[in-house]
Amino acid sequence: MPAKVITITSGKGGVGKTTATANIAAALAVAGAKVVCIDADIGLRNLDVVLGLENRIVYDLVDVVEGRCRLRQAMIRDKRLPELYLIPAAQTRDKSAVSPSDMVRLCDELRPEFDWIFIDSPAGIERGFRNAIAPADISVVITNPEVSAVRDADRIIGLIEAEEKGPARLIINRIKTDMVKKGDMLSAEDVLELLAVELLGLIPEDEGVIISTNRGVPVALDGKSRAGQAFRNIASRLNGEHVPFLELEEQSGFFSQLSRFLRKGGG
Amino acid sequence: MVRVKGIREGLLFLLEEGDWEENRRALFKMVGERQEFWRGAKVALDSRTVVINEQEILSLKDELSQYHLTLWAVLSESPSTQIAAQKLGLATRLNRPEKEEVEALSTIVHDGEGAVLINKTLRSGYRVEYAGHVIVLGDVNPGAEIIAAGNIIVWGRLRGVVHAGAEGDTQAVVCALDLQPTQLRIADQIALTPQRKGKPQPEMARLLDGQLVAEPWNAKER
Repeated sequence: MPAKVITITSGKGGVGKTTATANIAAALAVAGAKVVCIDADIGLRNLDVVLGLENRIVYDLVDVVEGRCRLRQAMIRDKRLPELYLIPAAQTRDKSAVSPSDMVRLCDELRPEFDWIFIDSPAGIERGFRNAIAPADISVVITNPEVSAVRDADRIIGLIEAEEKGPARLIINRIKTDMVKKGDMLSAEDVLELLAVELLGLIPEDEGVIISTNRGVPVALDGKSRAGQAFRNIASRLNGEHVPFLELEEQSGFFSQLSRFLRKGGG
Repeated sequence: MVRVKGIREGLLFLLEEGDWEENRRALFKMVGERQEFWRGAKVALDSRTVVINEQEILSLKDELSQYHLTLWAVLSESPSTQIAAQKLGLATRLNRPEKEEVEALSTIVHDGEGAVLINKTLRSGYRVEYAGHVIVLGDVNPGAEIIAAGNIIVWGRLRGVVHAGAEGDTQAVVCALDLQPTQLRIADQIALTPQRKGKPQPEMARLLDGQLVAEPWNAKER
């Protein structure tokens, strides 16, 4: 079956596009699918670092598009997950080195060989975003539960609809349960009420993500991590399985209940 | 036949009555024949009564750019074409309207004609500008803008910026099922929305003795 192209985008920077791309792709590859990730963030590439493949880059996306190498030569195979490949972005060029139709052509060439093609979009709504969205079959928008990130997500969803790449699906990243409970953070419901799109996943805040990103080992490969579990659930949902959303409640021990009780008592 | 006029801003392409596809073919035939002559020009398109959707304008813009032509404006008698062009950030008139034109527009508004229906949620970054009434069947999210010479009616949550009576009509009103705009303007008055207490309810905002007031829409009192 030809591959589905999934573009992960957000508008705002730093909300977790690259982390989500790396982890969902890794989770699908663990489950046995053949996956390729394309880093469309030309000039500010990160996906190679998050996947721990930086030192193996020889050719990149721009080399393929400009014909300096064959597509195969630019594909880096992950040693831990032999079914996971990366096409890195060029670091020394900018977004204008690639056009939307180049991306469509590239994906069409990859489609017959893979089950999933992931595109990690750059932040912003300009050329880089248009490159990333052009070949998409499924558009995934990722946001944090913050007003500014949600505003940008809304804008991006509008642009995706205008390009007829909708309906977009939503991932809410870095949810802090205790802050939501105190009313200091937007809840998933608040975000969904404004954006009114289908939810694909909820990722809890997890320090393990920072550690794994620095080490270049996707957190989705860590069986104990809660964020890793959330990413694996997203992978299952993309495979058409029905997985309930993570119950984001903290395990409430005696002390945390006591402290909550005291807080309420104190007003 | 597509006609061409030279204007101060560059070229103006005038479409013929009929459907878009025929006009498009005629247009590119004409452009293709004299590529070097057109090269680098700024193009405004007057669609007249021909209806063109957003996707079609977008691909027209892309195709024209291959001939080094820049599409910057789409003029049209069709409101849906005007709205589509605005969503893409294109101009929908050549220059600021003359004084008498403004008056002509207000007359249209008072006649109760000239309304555009937008059958979807307006998300952040969308701007609708229309010389008549604007009706939205959906929400208006923060970061979206509606500027209307007439009334604005939102069948949904209104949280963006709206300006009713933008040409100076003090009789204009803004209605919404949940009226929580970032900023509300009627004619030359501006107001911010106070924090709402209690449940959302349909409200209507209008000018009362030069003051902007929002009142609950209560059927019994009418």
